[in-house]
Amino acid sequence: MSRSGWIGAIGLGLLVAMAVLAPVIKPGDPLDLVGRPVMPPFTDPRFPLGTDQLGRDVWAELLYGARVSLIVGIAAATGAIGIGIVVGTLAGFLGGRADSTLMRVTEAFQTVPTFLLALALLTALGSSTFNVVLAIAISSWAATSRLVRAEVLSLRQREYVDAARLAGLGPLRIAFREVLPGSLQPVIALVGVTVGAAILVESALAFLGLGDPNQISWGVMIANGRDAIRVAPSLVVIPGICLALAILSVSLIGDELATRLAPQRRRAP
Amino acid sequence: MSDPVESLAGPDMPAQDVPAQDVPALEITGLRVRFRSLDGRGPEVLAVDGIDLSVDRGRVLSLVGESGSGKSTVLLAIAGLLSGAAIIEGEVRLHGRPIMGLAERERAMARGRGIGMVFQDPGGSLNPVLSVGSQIDEVLGVHRDLHGRDARGVTEALLARVGVGDPKRRAQAFPHQLSGGLRQRAAIAAALAAGPEVILADEPTTALDATVQAQVLDLLVGLVSDEGVALVLVTHDLAVAAAVADRIAVLYAGRVVEERPAGELMDRPAHPYSSALRAAALPFSPRVAGDDARLPELPGRMAAAGGVGCAFAPRCPLATDHCRAVTPELTPYGGGRVACWRAGEIEA
Amino acid sequence: MLPPTLVFIVRRLIHAIPVVLIVAVGVFCILEAAPGDAVDSYLASIGGGDLALAEQLRRQWGLDDSVWVRFLAYMQSVVTLDLGRSVTVGVPVTEAILTRLPTTILLMGSAIAMSAVLGGLLGGVAAMHRGRRLDTFLTTSGLLLNAIPGFWLGLILIVVFVVWLGWFPSAGLSTVNGPSDPVGHALDVAWHLVLPVCTLGLTYMALYLRLMRGAMTETRDSPWVRAARARGLPSGRIIRRHIARPALLPVATMLGLQIGTMLGGSVVIETVFAIPGLGSLAYLAVSNRDLPLIAGVVLAGSVVVIVANIVVDLSYGRLDPRVTDERLRSGVG
Repeated sequence: MSRSGWIGAIGLGLLVAMAVLAPVIKPGDPLDLVGRPVMPPFTDPRFPLGTDQLGRDVWAELLYGARVSLIVGIAAATGAIGIGIVVGTLAGFLGGRADSTLMRVTEAFQTVPTFLLALALLTALGSSTFNVVLAIAISSWAATSRLVRAEVLSLRQREYVDAARLAGLGPLRIAFREVLPGSLQPVIALVGVTVGAAILVESALAFLGLGDPNQISWGVMIANGRDAIRVAPSLVVIPGICLALAILSVSLIGDELATRLAPQRRRAP
Repeated sequence: MSDPVESLAGPDMPAQDVPAQDVPALEITGLRVRFRSLDGRGPEVLAVDGIDLSVDRGRVLSLVGESGSGKSTVLLAIAGLLSGAAIIEGEVRLHGRPIMGLAERERAMARGRGIGMVFQDPGGSLNPVLSVGSQIDEVLGVHRDLHGRDARGVTEALLARVGVGDPKRRAQAFPHQLSGGLRQRAAIAAALAAGPEVILADEPTTALDATVQAQVLDLLVGLVSDEGVALVLVTHDLAVAAAVADRIAVLYAGRVVEERPAGELMDRPAHPYSSALRAAALPFSPRVAGDDARLPELPGRMAAAGGVGCAFAPRCPLATDHCRAVTPELTPYGGGRVACWRAGEIEA
Repeated sequence: MLPPTLVFIVRRLIHAIPVVLIVAVGVFCILEAAPGDAVDSYLASIGGGDLALAEQLRRQWGLDDSVWVRFLAYMQSVVTLDLGRSVTVGVPVTEAILTRLPTTILLMGSAIAMSAVLGGLLGGVAAMHRGRRLDTFLTTSGLLLNAIPGFWLGLILIVVFVVWLGWFPSAGLSTVNGPSDPVGHALDVAWHLVLPVCTLGLTYMALYLRLMRGAMTETRDSPWVRAARARGLPSGRIIRRHIARPALLPVATMLGLQIGTMLGGSVVIETVFAIPGLGSLAYLAVSNRDLPLIAGVVLAGSVVVIVANIVVDLSYGRLDPRVTDERLRSGVG
């Protein structure tokens, strides 16, 4: 594994550890007021990263925020890729009118700026973690669907498809059982990017106050810290660094996966 | 070195400022080219093993050989187009002036101005996103200090000179809008723009149709006879060489094995390899040769350069132990030179 | 004969119509998906009202009709560019959008230019020094910048350049009671836009860096570059005209794809820097649950993306003449 792959793996590992071990390291609700407000980091061993304006433990918030980023990121990306795979396979395989209709729809989804669409959806549906996942998934499936459709179109011509047809399998079954698995190659390359983008969008939505009001998230921490930015910049800096590292790690891992699982598409160094 | 400020009247090549009539237009002495291995630690590959060649102005020298013989590498070394992995030794002289020792930028200018290179791939020499004319204009701007309308006028004249009809319109066209033959002509025009005294042509016709091949060859030969350009033509096809060259140099495993006037080499090849090449080049007719006759073959593959003994020995019908043990040097023979212990003994 | 460019534009616009219609349908679905309707939010904004008033308003505004009738009414209003009322800003949605659109276009246009130019230049440098330390440094920095959330970068820049250094203003588009002469005003606006444009531009720069680096690495090995060297052209000229210029096409393609993403990014940036543009309008709409307004912004956003893409496609022709001929023959972009 390349050096950047290792960095990504370590980063991702840390992120997962933080998320999984949060209730172990810091049991209780991270939103509890536990200390004096605006304590600077590295001063009090009880609060290694300090406290925010309301007296909440930054380290606890960070740990639980990791959960949200990770869960939302992975769930939303899974949803987006899932929808994209289904639409792309159907479009590529069915062809004709169905294909052009589906492609027009895909184009429409690609034309609408993803973030605006997510905003609109959240406004209509209300803010909850589930809705955030749904909103992100709905706004970002289009890219995957195009990729899958292209793959399906090229695989459609292959012999095993004709064999399946002769054997009497219905078109949908052929599409999803025979053609789909082969067309997943390039999708792997998209995974890292999609998860990274989902984490980014989630944090932006949280920053704007549209995340789940009952959850602490890194975006919310930054929004909260913004008011005290002149006196306690660490409240903004720390969660931001975590976000950047998380997104970077996911991208690096994604790149690494893509290069390793697609040997015939390896590009020159 | 030709004077950059030339007469703008007409498409003629710039008047040569030749120091002396008997100095060859291009002279190569002791050219050796080695390539470093990719990782920098493995063994080097020897591509050209000591070559001396010269061409006079108004003459055509053809370098003939199979792939791997080093013929293209020689051209690229002269033109300075080898990668950084290449280690080049020896000297190249343009009209008596050495260029290998110059500083990088001066060397590039000297080469750009004194040498015109024509490549095998007709489409490849031209940038697809720029118009044909602008690519010739820029050479005029860099080497002959011509710009704007002046440059375009000379460009159109150059295009006409190389046989491109309607040069005004063609100059504004993009490479993909021209046919393969026209593209190659335009590429030749770009190579000529700086007024070179030497043209190096690396298999310029291999990728073209037969009729276009003939036209491009005629064009190149015409430049030699009309403008006094010296032409070095690299080809794997001895028939092409025989048709246009004054002298032919046969390369094998990075060395010159025979170099003689074209007519003499074709009548009586001295080196067994030249003889085999000639047999492969002659028109083959089953009616003449008999039904059982087969195309002349040369079994085996070319050996690497730099070994002990004659590199051709493994494939040579006349090879002896002496041939395998001692590398033959070039010795004078029949109007030229040959490197063979049994020169002249091969049946024609 | 109409000029081919005009034909191309018209063709693309016609092609875009069904896409916009689908977007409008989607927006309609979103509007319908929300619990409550315009009457509810209107009543909420005026402090409540009784059932009778609600029913009367519903009848008046056609909200008690069936879904299909409402849908047709909606489509009709979209076509006539009437996007409804906004309870938040008190002016019709269309007007609110049009007032704020120029600011966002200015912001985004500058940011795109910055990303593309800076990314392209640095990508070119990286390509020419491929494999060496400078290349690694540039590529890594790009990756890092890309991973940084835009709103966070904006906040950090504010801390450094506004709070600590005091070089730039922290908010707004222009100084209150600032210079009123056109040049002075323009400079004032520019001064206010430096930080937001830099934030937006730096965040997306990495993409262009990577693209240009990849594209130039390929063109570097092209046969025409070898031929250009053979002609003794100076290396600066070769890099500019023969390596970089043919590599611009993928960068231009990405520009088109990035416009939507940048529009999204402008929402947070405009909010952080208090720029009165389309993005901050979207935020306003969302925080006040003003559905017609956000729906209108979504529609407007799509139109911006479509128009911008047509403009980018037009520039293709200048970048790669092979594409123009292709396109003229097939008739689509």
